[in-house]
Amino acid sequence: MKIIIVGNGMVGYKFCEKLVAKSEVHLDLTVFGEEIRPAYDRVHLSEFFSGKSAEDLQLAPTSWYTEQGIVLIVGDPILAINRKEKTVSSHSGLTMAYDYLVLATGSSAFVPPIPGVEKEGVFIYRTIEDLEMMQAWAPKAKTGAVIGGGLLGLEAAKAMIDLGVTNTHVIEFAPRLMPRQIDDAGSSVLKSKLETLGLSIHTSKNTTEIVGESAISGMRFQDESTLNVDMLVISAGIKPRDELAIAAQLNVGPRGGIVVNQQMFTSDPAILAIGECALFEGMIFGLVAPGYEMAEVAVASILGTEKVFLGFDMSTKLKLIGVDVASFGDPFIAGSEARSIVFEDKNKGIYKRINISKDGKELLGGILIGDAEQYNLLLQTCKNKVVLPPNPEDVILGSRGGESDGGAGVTSLPDEAVICSCEAVTKGEICGHVIDGAVSIEEIKKCTKAGTGCGGCVPMVKDLVNYTLKSQGIYVRNVICEHFAYSRQELLDLVRLQDLRSYDAVLTAHGNGDGCETCKPLVSSILASLWNELILDKGNDTAQDSNDRFLANIQKGGTYSVVPRIPGGEITPDKLIVIGQVAKEFNLYTKITGGQRIDLFGAHLSDLPIIWEQLIAAGFESGHAYGKALRTVKSCVGSTWCRFGLHDSVSFAIQIEERYRGIRAPHKIKGGVSGCIRECAEAQSKDFGIIATEKGWNLHVCGNGGSKPQHALLLASDLDSETCIRFIDRFLMFYIKTADPLTRTATWLNKLDGGMDYLRNVVVNDSLGIGSELESEMQSLVDNYVCEWKAAVENPEFRKRFSHFVNAPEEKDPTVQFDELRYQKKAQAWK
Amino acid sequence: MVETTKQHWILACPTHDVPENGGVCVKVGDQQIAIFNFTRRGEWYATQNECPHRHQMALSRGMIGSAGEEPKVACPFHKKTFSLKSGECLSGDECSIATYPVEVREGNVFLLIDSHEL
Ligand code: SRM
Ligand SMILES: Cc1cc2nc3c(=O)[nH]c(=O)nc-3n(C[C@H](O)[C@H](O)[C@H](O)COP(=O)(O)OP(=O)(O)OC[C@H]3O[C@@H](n4cnc5c(N)ncnc54)[C@H](O)[C@@H]3O)c2cc1C
Ligand code: SF4
Ligand code: FES
Repeated sequence: MKIIIVGNGMVGYKFCEKLVAKSEVHLDLTVFGEEIRPAYDRVHLSEFFSGKSAEDLQLAPTSWYTEQGIVLIVGDPILAINRKEKTVSSHSGLTMAYDYLVLATGSSAFVPPIPGVEKEGVFIYRTIEDLEMMQAWAPKAKTGAVIGGGLLGLEAAKAMIDLGVTNTHVIEFAPRLMPRQIDDAGSSVLKSKLETLGLSIHTSKNTTEIVGESAISGMRFQDESTLNVDMLVISAGIKPRDELAIAAQLNVGPRGGIVVNQQMFTSDPAILAIGECALFEGMIFGLVAPGYEMAEVAVASILGTEKVFLGFDMSTKLKLIGVDVASFGDPFIAGSEARSIVFEDKNKGIYKRINISKDGKELLGGILIGDAEQYNLLLQTCKNKVVLPPNPEDVILGSRGGESDGGAGVTSLPDEAVICSCEAVTKGEICGHVIDGAVSIEEIKKCTKAGTGCGGCVPMVKDLVNYTLKSQGIYVRNVICEHFAYSRQELLDLVRLQDLRSYDAVLTAHGNGDGCETCKPLVSSILASLWNELILDKGNDTAQDSNDRFLANIQKGGTYSVVPRIPGGEITPDKLIVIGQVAKEFNLYTKITGGQRIDLFGAHLSDLPIIWEQLIAAGFESGHAYGKALRTVKSCVGSTWCRFGLHDSVSFAIQIEERYRGIRAPHKIKGGVSGCIRECAEAQSKDFGIIATEKGWNLHVCGNGGSKPQHALLLASDLDSETCIRFIDRFLMFYIKTADPLTRTATWLNKLDGGMDYLRNVVVNDSLGIGSELESEMQSLVDNYVCEWKAAVENPEFRKRFSHFVNAPEEKDPTVQFDELRYQKKAQAWK
Repeated sequence: MVETTKQHWILACPTHDVPENGGVCVKVGDQQIAIFNFTRRGEWYATQNECPHRHQMALSRGMIGSAGEEPKVACPFHKKTFSLKSGECLSGDECSIATYPVEVREGNVFLLIDSHEL
């Protein structure tokens, strides 16, 4: 049987994958693609701007097609179908016969007929080429705009910001953003959130002209206003690619799209259409999951098995933009059949709406903005008609006391519940594989493909794995990796009890195999947290991450950064001069960091010991910018100068930074001290933050910035300095001993049973009776501190390790290259 | 013209220059080769130093270990892992690295290298 597929996009590829997997006989399969690359992951296209290469995005390499016996012809679009002869002909002149023809031509961006759309600097957002063109243009652009405030438009706007066009406008014709997914109230919350990211949002705005000479310089709108822009992305919707079908006189819809039936056949029984070009019951599905389902149905139709397409749920979650937005089921339903529960927190920018049936039993749909953590569960509850708890508002607010457990968890879902909609994997299948012995996410991914598409279901898959194991009576252990069947906390206790001092000793005593990049740094961190011995000693250097092994952060190109400690951000002119001299001598890029100190970038490995020797001679010490250790204790200027200052925040910050410097923890730790409630040191965004009050210090803990910012919570108020330090000792040591690897204090607290109340009980009220033990453990770490850079430069054996070529220690890596930028060097971009 | 490639054993470095359970980089002509002293298994390995993912000269600075029986090295940049035996990428990428035969004789590490690489 000869099958030809037109279009090698996401759905065309999935069709090939499913067909070769299902077919038992040899099929003659030829794929024509118009784009020059084999199919890639369009859903994650925007990651092209955050460092993914075209290759990273590829769904399968060219060799995969060859191995499967598929002939792949890229860069050669099909121009015509001859239905009578059952042949297609391509741009390069190939004519080929088919028994079945599958159209997977996708869609193109819909470009409204606005005068001026042809100007330079106007882009669409669909292919890697489009993105390459944007990338080339962006450095020239200062102000950007996106026409279209839908899912894709917002993604494009975020991409523009990432490209450095920080002044970007979103122009939406409708009165609200994402008009197909969210309601007015949700849109206004989303709008203010996006404005804090730096986007300017204009709704109810109709573009009438794009002005400029050959390139765009501005836009004109129906309300006579204008906007100066030098880059524009049009994202006003999609247009199915049905031109081939129209020319071949197949049935198409009035507004485009190739009409298909439940088996994916077009009006010609030898031609099928799938993906974004196919029109099913008057609808184009602009998402990948329904396309994959269509591919599955088309494979069944060709192989003669029964399978039908019944439409698809259009629930979506917006990715990448930095604000959670999701909508599921029927987000708008109102009136007599439904009641809505709405929760809005304007302060935090959270809006949640759920629509429930009149009897309060069923979830019909909803909208989540600002916090979409419950999305997966709500989607499943809605799709599977799981009965709601007696207080349905619990599902969005969490249980607030009383009996209810805050709504239905994974346990209440039926086996048929589709957990991964990209790959159509059900709860039953996942649990089945767990029972058969697949006990990790990776194994589940391998045997079911669940979680390999958009990745949105991964947290649920994890919950399912744990829940199934538990229900099997298997004690779920949060094990480290294949080499250690313990959790971090268990291993820490063993290492302490048996007084183990090197990675090798720990592996021999409690592990198996030869270790790996997961357990090595983890054990090294435990060893450091327990004993605070020099991390380069006892063969432990090679069990460290590269950054710890060379006591510096590795950067693009393979150079390292040098960050001397500048406690509290206070530095003398003399020391500043030394930093300048060292930077000049070794040609280092210098930058003031976000942590109130100075980072010197671009040092060759072999220069590190000499650089540090000079810095140490001037009184500097390691800043541990490379370690999972204390970074900085940020400080405001405080009462010594500031007219509002209540106490001397700088002195206290320095005292604290010097106390905890060098201590290793499950993740990095940051602190802050502010001299009054104006909080110029941003102490409440740190792992521990101290704010001066009239009577002493307020201590806040478990905050962080980073990708999931969270404010610190008040642990205790009006403390004197000594008590404050005692509480921090206990808090940090308790965290060090009990947290999972690579977990910041905020995440640790979120998982801690009993939360802040429990933590306060342990630290302040000493409910576990371990207060003085924690304090003395911390004291012994503090007493053991030495500057590891000082130790490294003074020890000839250690020093020897800082060379690029072991057989030519004086030579530098010749492949390291720099470019110039604003009178300094910068690392050359990745190849 | 017929090209013949000759292979030579060359002296890389003394064994004590390579840290236990870790790697170093040696310069061989214009080539950079990573040598690993897998003390835990009593084995030695050599691979190209360049990580094919982002073309960084970094593998010798990576952590070594095992996946099942397979000895491997993890690149310090993005933790892609490669088999020290076959050079195959174990993180599911298409790229792979070159590996070289190694021998230890009388306290020195020797590598078997194609002469055109010199
Ligand atoms: C240099 C600096 C940026 C700057 O130019 O200002 C920086 C640079 C890096 N940051 Fe940062 N961070 C810097 C301040 C921050 C801040 C701001 C702050 O501390 O006030 C944050 C948010 C606050 C927070 O951590 O709560 C920050 C959140 C992160 C995160 C996300 C942590 C999280 O919990 O989500 C990472 C990734 C990680 O640690 O896993 C990170 C990781 C990194 C690494 C280490 C990435 C890496 O592994 O190569 C960068 C090293 C650069 C180098 O070669 O030295 N950096 N980083 C800042 C150094 C501060 C210092 O003096 O030590
Ligand atoms: C930036 C972006 C973000 C997205 N995010 C999401 C998301 O988060 N979630 C989601 O579900 N969906 C998302 N989508 C939509 C998703 O990418 C599409 O639903 C999916 O790619 C459709 O697959 P397809 O194969 O039908 O079409 P495509 O992937 O467009 O593939 C069609 C291919 O056919 C080729 N072709 C057309 N005509 C011919 C011809 N005559 N001859 C040969 N080849 C031809 C085209 O060049 C193209 O390569 C996103 C899309 C974009 C652009
Ligand atoms: S310095 Fe921090 S925020 Fe900036 S690129 Fe590096 S890790 Fe990301
Ligand atoms: S450069 Fe080696 S993993 Fe990316």
